Amino acid sequence: MSSFVLTGARILGTEKTDIVITDGVVTEVAPGADAPGATRIDADGLVALPGLVDLHTHLREPGREDAETVESGSRAAALGGYTAVCAMANTDPVADTAGVVEQVYRLGRDAGLVHVQPIGAVTVGLAGERLAELGAMADSAAAVRIFSDDGNCVSDPRLMRRALEYVKAFDGVIAQHAEEPRLTAGAQLHEGEWSARLGLTGWPAVAEEAIIARDVLLAEHVGARLHICHVSTAGSVEILRWAKARGIRVTAEVTPHHLLLTDALAESYDPVFKVNPPLRTDADVAALRAALAEGVVDVVATDHAPHTVEDKECEWPYARPGMLGLQTALPVVLDTMFEPGSAGAVDLAPGRLDWDGLAERMSRRPARIAGLAEHGRDPAPGAPANLTLVDPAARVTVEPGELASGSRNTPYSGRTLPGRVVATFLAGTPTVLDGKAQQ
Amino acid sequence: MITHLLSAADLDRATATLVLDTATEMATVAGREVKKLPTLRGRTVVNLFYEDSTRTRTSFEVAAKRLSADVINFSAKGSSVSKGESLKDTALTLQAMGADAVVIRHSASGAPHRLARWVDGSVVNAGDGTHEHPTQALLDAYTMRSRLGTLEGLRVAIVGDVLHSRVARSNVLLLATLGAKVTLVSPPTLLPVGVGCWPCAVGYDLDAVLADVDVVMMLRVQRERMNDSYFPSAREYARRYGLDVARAGRLPEHAIVMHPGPMNRGMEIAPEVADSARATIVEQVANGVSVRMAVLYLLLGGKS
Ligand SMILES: [Zn+2]
Repeated sequence: MSSFVLTGARILGTEKTDIVITDGVVTEVAPGADAPGATRIDADGLVALPGLVDLHTHLREPGREDAETVESGSRAAALGGYTAVCAMANTDPVADTAGVVEQVYRLGRDAGLVHVQPIGAVTVGLAGERLAELGAMADSAAAVRIFSDDGNCVSDPRLMRRALEYVKAFDGVIAQHAEEPRLTAGAQLHEGEWSARLGLTGWPAVAEEAIIARDVLLAEHVGARLHICHVSTAGSVEILRWAKARGIRVTAEVTPHHLLLTDALAESYDPVFKVNPPLRTDADVAALRAALAEGVVDVVATDHAPHTVEDKECEWPYARPGMLGLQTALPVVLDTMFEPGSAGAVDLAPGRLDWDGLAERMSRRPARIAGLAEHGRDPAPGAPANLTLVDPAARVTVEPGELASGSRNTPYSGRTLPGRVVATFLAGTPTVLDGKAQQ
Repeated sequence: MITHLLSAADLDRATATLVLDTATEMATVAGREVKKLPTLRGRTVVNLFYEDSTRTRTSFEVAAKRLSADVINFSAKGSSVSKGESLKDTALTLQAMGADAVVIRHSASGAPHRLARWVDGSVVNAGDGTHEHPTQALLDAYTMRSRLGTLEGLRVAIVGDVLHSRVARSNVLLLATLGAKVTLVSPPTLLPVGVGCWPCAVGYDLDAVLADVDVVMMLRVQRERMNDSYFPSAREYARRYGLDVARAGRLPEHAIVMHPGPMNRGMEIAPEVADSARATIVEQVANGVSVRMAVLYLLLGGKS
């Protein structure tokens, strides 16, 4: 028996109330609610959100434990307010068999800080040549539902068609890293003014857009579910808008960094800003913010990509692409998208989100896409107690050395961002209290 | 004066002019019996070359030695990544050796910028990837000025593979600073997307600009670009973008022909044109030493 009372919390920013958690479940939500022997947690002024869910995390284990482990990544996730993360398959060995996805799943369960939901590779070894045993991964203890070769694009159209069709048998979804490889050979930075100035090979927007256009048509043709990873261009947004209007079953994610940062940051040649897809232009950032608010882009996903100092402190073209994201995602979204005011009580400006909209895009909808029934549920009686308490008034300056990740490659070093995760509960157990990880 | 020379954009008009004027002074040293000034005695200049370039390395070496500096040639070609020593480790080594200036040639764009963050001495970019080669632009500007008298209002066509050319990029920036009017002429495949933001005009037709220029600068074309479909064949490239005798004949009387070398004779430039009186190719090499002396002198000379 363990029970907690969160006093004075505002669920999704609405009226203050008290929340009782008993044995992993929210049992009562009402002012003055209490339970005998419960641990009282002062949540006055804090906003209660359903625990955040990340569709796109690189945990690096197995294979690159020097950059991140399932445990260190889980800790970063919990501190970021997450209760579930989907772990990408580009590990070493690749998560392309039931054995590897079960290993990752168990490591996550042993760490006990977030639910770690493995993503399975679409093709053997991410090589893009033949399908991995998707059904075996779906049937495994890890119950994989999302499949992705992320890091690589499934660029062969016939193989992509087969993958989309095949996973219909178990309501799977193919998450595509949209990048036509023939158009991005040697690419280092968004192709445009800055790539021209800096002499770095360009990564053209059309390389992303061409694959999205092709894949939504394939998904329509075979009646399958498609998810687009880390959408980064205004043109991609327009294709998604068209596809959704047509009724095609496509969802899409945007990363926090693509909502805030632009390619102009590459002027320093500091590889901390090197990421794939690359940072784009101000116009792309504006289009992505609008699309996320509108729902054309469904969710925020971190693409948390830890890298060692050796892999980042070098010449730009030699550096591995990727940035940390788990601990800064919510603050960046608050910074770029949030409009204070109680839910429903004010008209939101275009391109802005309130707490409900934020919960939808960072918790409920990603949980639905991933098929995680225990997650993405608002704190209400009967719901599993996966939730997060946020101090919306706090402002925190990002110090890379204080992050819980095994790596330090944050693009926000020294930046002050709004919002602080005060507590996170996973199935009724606090994984974070007073902003500190509990294990 | 500036601390480093990483990009031609680091030079404002006054500084660039100071470099060219100083190079004029330095050029007189080459004519002396003892070709040496004591200016940088006791100073250490490291040539850190990750890419082979005997011409550029030698030019910097001669320049440093004429100023009486100690020169260390640190040939890092193939060593850095393959042997696991990072640029940062190398920077710390050079720091420990007390390098006052590091001249770096590197295949990665931006490598000199990174190095400049890790060493106390001055960093001179001697060519980084497909980014810049600022001392080449300075020696080109010097050559134009000494042949034609002024850079203000000079009409310059830069012809060829702009996309992969650090020479073109640095020249566009420096010449714009110095008041020249640059037109890039190239097949569209060899122009960077985003070139519209550069301070120059852009065209695809060499014949359309020839009658109207004071300088035509031919860029080296790498034959392997052909295999990458940047253009259909060497023959077609030579026909459309090569400076042959007939084209050179349509240049104004006073116009000069430049090339950073090494040349593909018969491809981007006809042998007769390369060897003609308008060509400045040999002068460019000699001017390179004077300009690099000026750069090292101005970066290091003022400090004790
Ligand atoms: Zn990706």
